[in-house]
Amino acid sequence: MSASPSISTRLLDGQRTALARLISWAENGDARFPSALLEIKQRLGRAARTGITGPPGAGKSTLTNELARHLRTTEKTVGILAVDPSSPITGGALLGDRIRMEDRTTDPGCFIRSMASRGSHGGIARATVDALDVMDAFGFDELIVETVGVGQAEYDVVGAADTVVVVLCPGAGDGVQAMKSGLLEVADVLVVNKSDMPGADRLAKDLAESVHIRTAPAMGKSAVPAWVPPVVSCSAAKDEGIDDVLAAIAQHRAFLIDDLAGHRAIKRANQVRHVVTEHLDEAIWGTAGWTDWVADEVRGGSTAYEAAAAVLAHLVPALPMAGAHGAKEPSV
Amino acid sequence: MTDRRIRVLVAKPGLDGHDRGAKTVASVLRDHGMEVIYTGLHKTPDMIAEIALQEDVDVVGLSILSGAHMALFPRVREELVKRDMGHVLLVGGGIIPEDDRTNLEQDGFAKLFGPGTNTDSIAEYIQAEMKTRWAAEGVDA
Ligand SMILES: Nc1nc2c(ncn2[C@@H]2O[C@H](COP(=O)(O)OP(=O)(O)O)[C@@H](O)[C@H]2O)c(=O)[nH]1
Ligand SMILES: [Mg+2]
Repeated sequence: MSASPSISTRLLDGQRTALARLISWAENGDARFPSALLEIKQRLGRAARTGITGPPGAGKSTLTNELARHLRTTEKTVGILAVDPSSPITGGALLGDRIRMEDRTTDPGCFIRSMASRGSHGGIARATVDALDVMDAFGFDELIVETVGVGQAEYDVVGAADTVVVVLCPGAGDGVQAMKSGLLEVADVLVVNKSDMPGADRLAKDLAESVHIRTAPAMGKSAVPAWVPPVVSCSAAKDEGIDDVLAAIAQHRAFLIDDLAGHRAIKRANQVRHVVTEHLDEAIWGTAGWTDWVADEVRGGSTAYEAAAAVLAHLVPALPMAGAHGAKEPSV
Repeated sequence: MTDRRIRVLVAKPGLDGHDRGAKTVASVLRDHGMEVIYTGLHKTPDMIAEIALQEDVDVVGLSILSGAHMALFPRVREELVKRDMGHVLLVGGGIIPEDDRTNLEQDGFAKLFGPGTNTDSIAEYIQAEMKTRWAAEGVDA
């Protein structure tokens, strides 16, 4: 079209405006994004990806900033994605995480991007993995993604990160609550932040005990879990224990390294599933107009299950499910 | 499945310590469906432009109450241009005399809002302006 270099070329050239714009394309579902991603595919897979999740106010943003600062002292470059919720009513969002990352703003080895969840409920946005890919191709050594952080387990971050760090702090619940909320299930590393506050030691002991209960081999079985999430205490505000957190993340990465490719492939397959499901959803309920058809069925007296069965009876034979297994699939 | 949203950076350059107005505008813009990055007080023009770049915002809104707008606003614009971000819709508000407003509007600022401006009208202005811009961009949105 024009003689100017393509956006992917500019990205691979290290232009930050190209990086920022490609993330926007991913967020907006821009039709040009998939082919741009294809052009930078060779450069993917080098960055280490860490997810930071946990309840509101636990110190995720403050800790993210500290982790980045410490990583920078070892000359590592760091890309940060901070996800905040979109209003389900207006679609608007106030993105404020980067206020706590101010000292990294003009650091040329850092890049911080705020992202609204835009209707996703798994703690990250639909485009978060794409944005991480773009940052990865740009060449950052370390990527950190801070989830929305509602206090429930945000399972999508497991698919986006190699290592998930769950941040808790005294006063925001105990070990049992962490178990109930599912936060322990997603944790590769457990951090008790605000170790400068009373109750931090207790919480750390409590969590260690909960982890032990969760990972202890069941009666009569000898299987030992391959990875037991360590509990690490720190104070992000006072810059204490940050290197211990980094060490725990590094340990988990070392544990993964034998099968990092396999580990990531499983996660990547999950992303594929999301993309396919999203397209199908749009195709069925949007383009193909099944919404109106279903409304008529229900108005005519069908129960939800009858209407659903009728839709599936129409749609499922149309999906070449049996053939798909044997067919040669394009690589992703 | 395209879902484009207006992204706005609301920033406070300079030394004045009042960000109530900026926060109000930020939340009104949010309520109008925009994604608003709010950065807190005391940002240098350099930081504001760098944040605008990283966030790939469509709009930068500056708020200043200290009277230093004629020194600071043009410097923000310079820093933006330096980063190839001259295309952002640049607006400002605060206690800004009529004459200064006219000058700034001739100097790359799209619109300056005086004290007592209805906040909804700021949101409506931005929405109308972005609608025109996106329509003009066509497929290059
Ligand atoms: N006492 C103490 N406060 C902290 C610490 N880390 C963060 N905070 C404070 O906790 C509040 C929430 O921090 P933030 O990073 O925004 O939490 P997030 O919601 O999990 O991202 C802020 O007021 C921080 O200053 C810490 O280590 N000790
Ligand atoms: Mg936060």
